[in-house]
Amino acid sequence: MAFYIFRRFVNYFILSAIATCLAYVVASLALDPASKYYGRNPQPSKQTITNILNGLGVNPDVPVLERLWNWIVNLVVHGSLGNTVGGTSVVDQIVSRSGVSLRLLLIGSVIGAIVGVTLGVWGAVRQYKFSDQVVTYGSYLVFATPTFVIGVLLMIGATALNGAAGMQLINFTGEYSAGLSGSWWDLTADRAVHLLLPTVALVLIGAAGYSRYQRSVMLDVLSADYIRTARAKGRSRNAALVRHGVRVALIPMSTFFAYSFGTLVSGSIMLEIVFSFHGMGEFTLNAITQSDINAVAGSTLFLAVLVLFSSTLSEVLYAALDPRVRN
Amino acid sequence: MSEPLSTTAAVKPLLEIKNLQVGFQTQNGLVPAVNGIDITLMPGQTLAIVGESGSGKSTTAHAIINLLPGSGRITGGEVLFEGRDLTRLNEKQLEEVRGRMIGFVPQDPMANLNPVWSIGFQVEEAIRANGIATGKEVKQHAIRVLKEAGLADADKRLRQFPHQFSGGMRQRVLIGMGLSSRPKLLIADEPTSALDVTVQRVILDHLATLTREIGTAVLFITHDLGLAAERAEQLVVMYKGKVVESGPSREILENPIHPYTQRLVAAAPSLASRRIQSSQKNLTDLGYSAPRAAAGLDLVEAAEARAGKQAATTTAGGPAIKVDALTKIYKIRGAKRDARDFKAVDDVSFTVERGTTMALVGESGSGKSTVAKLLLRLEDASSGTIAIGGQDTATLRGRALLDLRRTMQPVFQDPYGSLDPLRNIGNTIAEPLQVHRVGDRASRRSRVDELLDQVALPSALATRYPNELSGGQRQRVAIARALALKPEIVILDEAVSALDVLVQAQILRLLADLQAELGLTYLFITHDLAVVRVIADHVCVMQRGKIVESSTVDKVFDNPQQDYTRELLNAIPGANLKLGV
Repeated sequence: MAFYIFRRFVNYFILSAIATCLAYVVASLALDPASKYYGRNPQPSKQTITNILNGLGVNPDVPVLERLWNWIVNLVVHGSLGNTVGGTSVVDQIVSRSGVSLRLLLIGSVIGAIVGVTLGVWGAVRQYKFSDQVVTYGSYLVFATPTFVIGVLLMIGATALNGAAGMQLINFTGEYSAGLSGSWWDLTADRAVHLLLPTVALVLIGAAGYSRYQRSVMLDVLSADYIRTARAKGRSRNAALVRHGVRVALIPMSTFFAYSFGTLVSGSIMLEIVFSFHGMGEFTLNAITQSDINAVAGSTLFLAVLVLFSSTLSEVLYAALDPRVRN
Repeated sequence: MSEPLSTTAAVKPLLEIKNLQVGFQTQNGLVPAVNGIDITLMPGQTLAIVGESGSGKSTTAHAIINLLPGSGRITGGEVLFEGRDLTRLNEKQLEEVRGRMIGFVPQDPMANLNPVWSIGFQVEEAIRANGIATGKEVKQHAIRVLKEAGLADADKRLRQFPHQFSGGMRQRVLIGMGLSSRPKLLIADEPTSALDVTVQRVILDHLATLTREIGTAVLFITHDLGLAAERAEQLVVMYKGKVVESGPSREILENPIHPYTQRLVAAAPSLASRRIQSSQKNLTDLGYSAPRAAAGLDLVEAAEARAGKQAATTTAGGPAIKVDALTKIYKIRGAKRDARDFKAVDDVSFTVERGTTMALVGESGSGKSTVAKLLLRLEDASSGTIAIGGQDTATLRGRALLDLRRTMQPVFQDPYGSLDPLRNIGNTIAEPLQVHRVGDRASRRSRVDELLDQVALPSALATRYPNELSGGQRQRVAIARALALKPEIVILDEAVSALDVLVQAQILRLLADLQAELGLTYLFITHDLAVVRVIADHVCVMQRGKIVESSTVDKVFDNPQQDYTRELLNAIPGANLKLGV
């Protein structure tokens, strides 16, 4: 089993490396880091611009594969991802920003998965009943609504709630209240309140997708012969469904979790911007608008590593759920 | 089996089904599946319900413990178990009855054990659910249950998973679970239909011993009349949701009254081989020749016709198939990345003359289907040669390989899985013509009509889709597709194994007629020795990749040389029935 997981990990590692290299090449070809200097007044001299580009390692006159090679060597030998156009280290930026994003992503995707799976199982067991219809239409509604609209609607709701309560119940601007000081507990509580709305938004998006898939997988399992056999043994319907149904239905879901993680990441990028979080989402978006090749490559690497870990985790989950793939 | 207890007036019936009606709710309203049946089962007795698929026999079984699938529900009648009407119990009361008082052994051992839970968990679950043991005793009890069911090393096997068990072992586990709480009644729904005949025999013998010891009554559901007669003292024959005939097994077998039962008796391959033997020993006057109503379905008649034809066959132009020292080795990847060789086919040689039928018989895993794949060049042999019409096929490439495929067509077992559900019947049959660029649209269409006619299907069927057809019709379509290119050789891989007996008899008849008409050569691959007698001229018995016996059909049946062949012959259900002798 350990070997199986290891093999899958190596597989995903290679895929992540290829994805990151491709992202570097595409960013290098598509983005023009020199352009922002041409618009300046007074325009810097050609030599100055070339020096800046050379310093960043993004000079378009150097062949792209050579730049990629330098970037890889720099990463492997020095553990450096180069500098941003602002002159700060990309690695430093990622380290300081990743915590913000990871908190939101991890909490949001885990709760989203749990809520989605629960709703899916519930909907399958109560197929075509009123509650199942409500969940179905609700999730299609969430599907059809752009992420930022969900964010804004939640903000409007929170504002109304705060107004009705006459006090600031829910804070939703920024990652924590500006200038706050106090005990560790106060800081954590403040962060939790700020995290509430974006997490709810992310959970909605995740749960809408997961519940649809879980429902259809569960419907297949419901008619399985071993469920009937379990009931013929004398178990109640609910016990048979939970003990024999849910675990089998989770097996294909564990793969789906890994692949839907990417969708959640893009959703969280939008949410960070809507809720003014200074996380990796903001970083990535700024990198693209500023034609910052190093930052784009760095944030792609960050996402690739996230996908690497979530995929490996889903393999662990798969092996834990299904004895047939072990050894 | 125990003596019939019904003669004792003091004994009350264990199970009394009175006017039971079951229906399935569909978009077109309630569709009845069981229309008012009456069945009485005495304590300790074994009663078999026989019928083809769709006759309502399994539905009846499920209705007794109220586990009807999907939209099914009981619409009328009573199910009296020890005088208590099970149809009136609430869910909680039913849970008390299920498992504890009525055990259930399901049909398909592959699908009825949950793949993700260990065997131990699933057996212990049955024990806990019925409150037979608690705490640490549960495990001990589970080991005992499995040992009883015939798994000697049960304590080691508790932690294993279903995929590590063979089909026979899984069925033992299911039987163990069904009997774990010593129920008064055991419902066995086709418990061995998915197993090899020899395994079936061992398992059913064991089940009979166990239930006799415990004193459990058995309600045995099967499609095989020979099996039913061999295993049960009472028979109930169901047809289209109704009981058409019931009574002591021997009586029904020897003197079937209802036309449907008569047809069933005539068409049952297991009985036919027995009857053929009888007729050859001039026992026909004892009255097991087929009833007149079954003309055209009678397998004895078919076998005799074949024997006559066989004598007249001339073997001109050399053998159609000549296989010499054929070997196929698969590399199996073990647990620790070590690869070891597995000889699926081991030094197999045989010849099939033109216009004759060679049967390749063996249990699952004997390598018979691998031989078919090698013949069709779907896989390449590790060594040995295959000559089709005198030509070595191993070196054929491209165009020549396509020509080979044209002379040799397969028909597979599962008529549901081998037809594309999105293609209509006409296109399905015409597909090989398109692939091989035979004729134009119009000529293909007329060829499709001709083929449908050959397999006795109306030409109107060409525009229908597979889901609108019955299993027998689908298999006819598969045969028509195989015949489209006018092949010389048809490879029939378990082509009738998934069909009901009556349909099976019709298809066997069709195959025999087509052979006579078109001079086809058949390679007939089957696990069912009973069918072989009816369809084949020569038999090769395969065991673990090797041919252990090879001879004409009559010689193999009348004078088997190998223990394994004898074992297979003995395992044919009904082989031990003493019909009037």
